[in-house]
Amino acid sequence: MSDAALPSVSTTQPRNTSRARGESPVVQIVLIAISLAFLLLFLLLPLVTVFVEAAAKGWEAYRAAITEPDALAAIRLTLLVAAIAVPFNVVVGIAAAWAIAKFEFRGKDLLISLIDLPFSVSPVISGLVFVLLFGAQGYFGPWLQANDLKIVFALPGLILATVFVTFPFVARELIPHMQSLGSADEEAALTLGASPWRVFFCVTLPNVKWSLFYGVLLCNARAMGEFGAVAVVSGKIRGLTNTMPLHIEILYNEYMGAAAFAVASLLAGLALVTLVFKTLLEWHYGDVIAASRRH
Amino acid sequence: MTAATTTFRWREPSILPGFGLALGITVTALSLIVLIPLAALFLKAASAGPADIWAVATSPRTLAALKLSFTAALFAALVNAVFGLILAWVLVRYEFPGRRLIDAAVDLPFALPTAVAGISLAAIYAPNGWVGSLLAPLAFKIAIPFTDLSFGFDGKVAYTPLGVMVALIFIGLPFVVRTVQPVLEELQSDVEEAAALLGASRSRTIFRVVLPQILPALMTGSILAFARAVGEYGSVIFIAGNVPMVSEIAPLLIVIRLEQFDYAGAAVVATMMLLISFTLILGGNLIQARARRRFGDV
Repeated sequence: MSDAALPSVSTTQPRNTSRARGESPVVQIVLIAISLAFLLLFLLLPLVTVFVEAAAKGWEAYRAAITEPDALAAIRLTLLVAAIAVPFNVVVGIAAAWAIAKFEFRGKDLLISLIDLPFSVSPVISGLVFVLLFGAQGYFGPWLQANDLKIVFALPGLILATVFVTFPFVARELIPHMQSLGSADEEAALTLGASPWRVFFCVTLPNVKWSLFYGVLLCNARAMGEFGAVAVVSGKIRGLTNTMPLHIEILYNEYMGAAAFAVASLLAGLALVTLVFKTLLEWHYGDVIAASRRH
Repeated sequence: MTAATTTFRWREPSILPGFGLALGITVTALSLIVLIPLAALFLKAASAGPADIWAVATSPRTLAALKLSFTAALFAALVNAVFGLILAWVLVRYEFPGRRLIDAAVDLPFALPTAVAGISLAAIYAPNGWVGSLLAPLAFKIAIPFTDLSFGFDGKVAYTPLGVMVALIFIGLPFVVRTVQPVLEELQSDVEEAAALLGASRSRTIFRVVLPQILPALMTGSILAFARAVGEYGSVIFIAGNVPMVSEIAPLLIVIRLEQFDYAGAAVVATMMLLISFTLILGGNLIQARARRRFGDV
């Protein structure tokens, strides 16, 4: 399955709506209307609702909801988890792409499938596995307790679960791009006497920077927004292990809808920024990223 | 591996450095983060013993949750297949104001955190919500004659299995659009023109010439949407109502078991989920591979 589980890219090309390929104008209008109605109902309405509900109780309530200590702690924790999980996945993603794209070895297809594995595992299960390993009754639970270490219901568990869920994001953008570029540039640089690290930083990295950024963007959006996996490992201790999505859940379940939507609006804002950058990347570097998708 | 005389090598020689380091980092991270934890899951499930595994696996609540998760995901994938195809078609073939904006908006479910989508969908489709209040008067019930069976719609979406489907449609849509779109863009117009010149009507051309070419991509996208939907948690639990046996999804049951410190029970449900979805995805891919062979490599 070489098809992207992630958004692909639309390249603009001359459209041919006339003659044999065109439907009658009526059919066109009907199909466009169906599409717009579907998008409105399922995508745009939820997005608009977030901001409308967040503003429902006015600016003061909004400001209070996102500046109260628990909310600030949740924002800080979400940023901290992403600040650790994303760079980790960048390093591993680059390593994986280097090994897979630049070398031929046995078991490569299996390795690619295993890297993609977290995509088909439920987020809840992604959290569960770490509770089974490090929870109080987990395999390493007694040992951790004896040594006064805490993984589950603490920061390390949140990071592990987030890394698990976002594991494929960077690698799966880089691998096809680096494969499509080949190794000629690197071989030339080596032949001219560049050191291996110099080759990597001065040749490879500049070549793939946009698909790397693309991967980081998606990885970060998922890391900051992840809910299911962190819900299982967090324990939801307010001010301590509560990330923004978990804070939203708690507020919502306590019937503090406006406050929940206020915090949600911050994450929705992040989603919009992500979409804008993503779309800009696709418009400007579409052929680079697009070429990598048709390997 | 060019000639039969070459001795077995597990990797082709290359002058590029860093293979050992790169593969080492990859395999170590993969093992520690993904493979060993997943192995622990299977180990834990197996350690429960056959009698306990059977009891958890066949309990009505487990079966109801699994059935809901898989059927809702299937229906959501079917809805997405239809509307995702129309959407991809409109985005690729037609020119209209705001097309690029809409193209960008399709990815919203990838970017919007699931908890945010969840509370928002719940608010919209709740009985007093923007859409929910419009749907309430549409309630109907149809009894099938001579049987005890009946079906209908009681006017509620949120807090019912229909709500689960709404959330799963939301998160699955981009998978179908983004898989079909590139294939549609690359279709050559000459085949369609030939069909038209040979006298085929437009609808005949679409159903006999165009659709078969995008069928494999449509199936791949639907399978991806299905796989994502089966395990989805965040966007569902707010709108589902979570009534045991009615609108309780399998991932939620795992969380509940875990909160009761029933680790083995949670592991058994999780393992069943993984096994069923891997089997279905594999089966889907096999059918899709056959379609690809039959209709050509698209």
